Amino acid sequence: MSGVMKRMGMIFRAKANKALDRAEDPRETLDYSYQKQLELLQKVRRGVADVATSRKRLELQLAQLNKQSSTLEDQGRKALALGREDLAREALSRRAALQQQVTDLETQHQTLQGEEEKLTLAAQRLQAKVDAFRTKKETIKATYTAAQAQTRIGEAFSGISEEMGDVGMAIQRAEDKTAQLQARAGAIDELLASGALDDSSGLAKDDIQSELDRLSGGTDVELELQRMKAELAGGSSGGKQAIEGGQGQSQTPQPQDTPRFDKQ
Amino acid sequence: MIVRIMGEGQVKLADGHFAELNKLDDELLEEMESGDESGFRRTLHALLDKVRELGTPLPDDALEPSELILPAQDATLDEVKDMLSDDGLIPG
Repeated sequence: MSGVMKRMGMIFRAKANKALDRAEDPRETLDYSYQKQLELLQKVRRGVADVATSRKRLELQLAQLNKQSSTLEDQGRKALALGREDLAREALSRRAALQQQVTDLETQHQTLQGEEEKLTLAAQRLQAKVDAFRTKKETIKATYTAAQAQTRIGEAFSGISEEMGDVGMAIQRAEDKTAQLQARAGAIDELLASGALDDSSGLAKDDIQSELDRLSGGTDVELELQRMKAELAGGSSGGKQAIEGGQGQSQTPQPQDTPRFDKQ
Repeated sequence: MIVRIMGEGQVKLADGHFAELNKLDDELLEEMESGDESGFRRTLHALLDKVRELGTPLPDDALEPSELILPAQDATLDEVKDMLSDDGLIPG
């Protein structure tokens, strides 16, 4: 549907929403509406008062007419007693005209009375409605205020929780990084030990060099042993002295240091 | 669906009637866009008559949002054009 009907409907709704958005605070709208209702109630009450006043005025008029009517009746009676039939007739005809007015006024009076009763009832009902609206309005206002506060608290809380989340993330990141570093260190150790990675510090040796060292170290020991054996077999004292002398020289600092290394 | 005829009130229409009404409505839009005043008037009257004929009037004190809105019977082509212009029906 893309015709005039739909387009007009869309424009209307968009405008209505705009108009609603412009109503800043629903509490103000409620108060305004309550004010309007009070004004309406006031009008109805004024209407009741006006009708009551008219009724009272009619009652006064009726009383006056009735009084006049009874005066004319008395006058007619007196005229008859005095033998003035013509006067009596005049008095009675005037009374008849008054009676007609009285009947009319009585009808009006009844109508007004009915109207007044209806209006009084309407005013009472309206009063009850306005009272109910006031209660509801206050409840809505309180709920709205509470909801507003709740929203603010909610926002504050979510702000805090976001921050807490950030802290949590930071800790998580730190932990991850530590674990990563540890894993990396472990991996590097393994790689160094396996010889897959060169140790730039020169402290570590690869397995081939270690084997060569071991082999060459072993050869030196064997050579030294053979040399010592040859010296002993030769029985020369110079050689023994040389050994003792060698021991004497090295003995001085050694005994104290050795146990310290052992402990460690 | 509830349709408002501006200046008259609202009527409730069964969804089944819309195929028929849409034809007239599209015609109305075409005539409005082409500036065919007499055609526009004729179609608008036909559309409004159809809506009145097929719909059930809503009481005046009913508070139901209208989903579709139709111009008043005596609306001119220019007035409707103005209503559908960017500024819309209510200025601002």
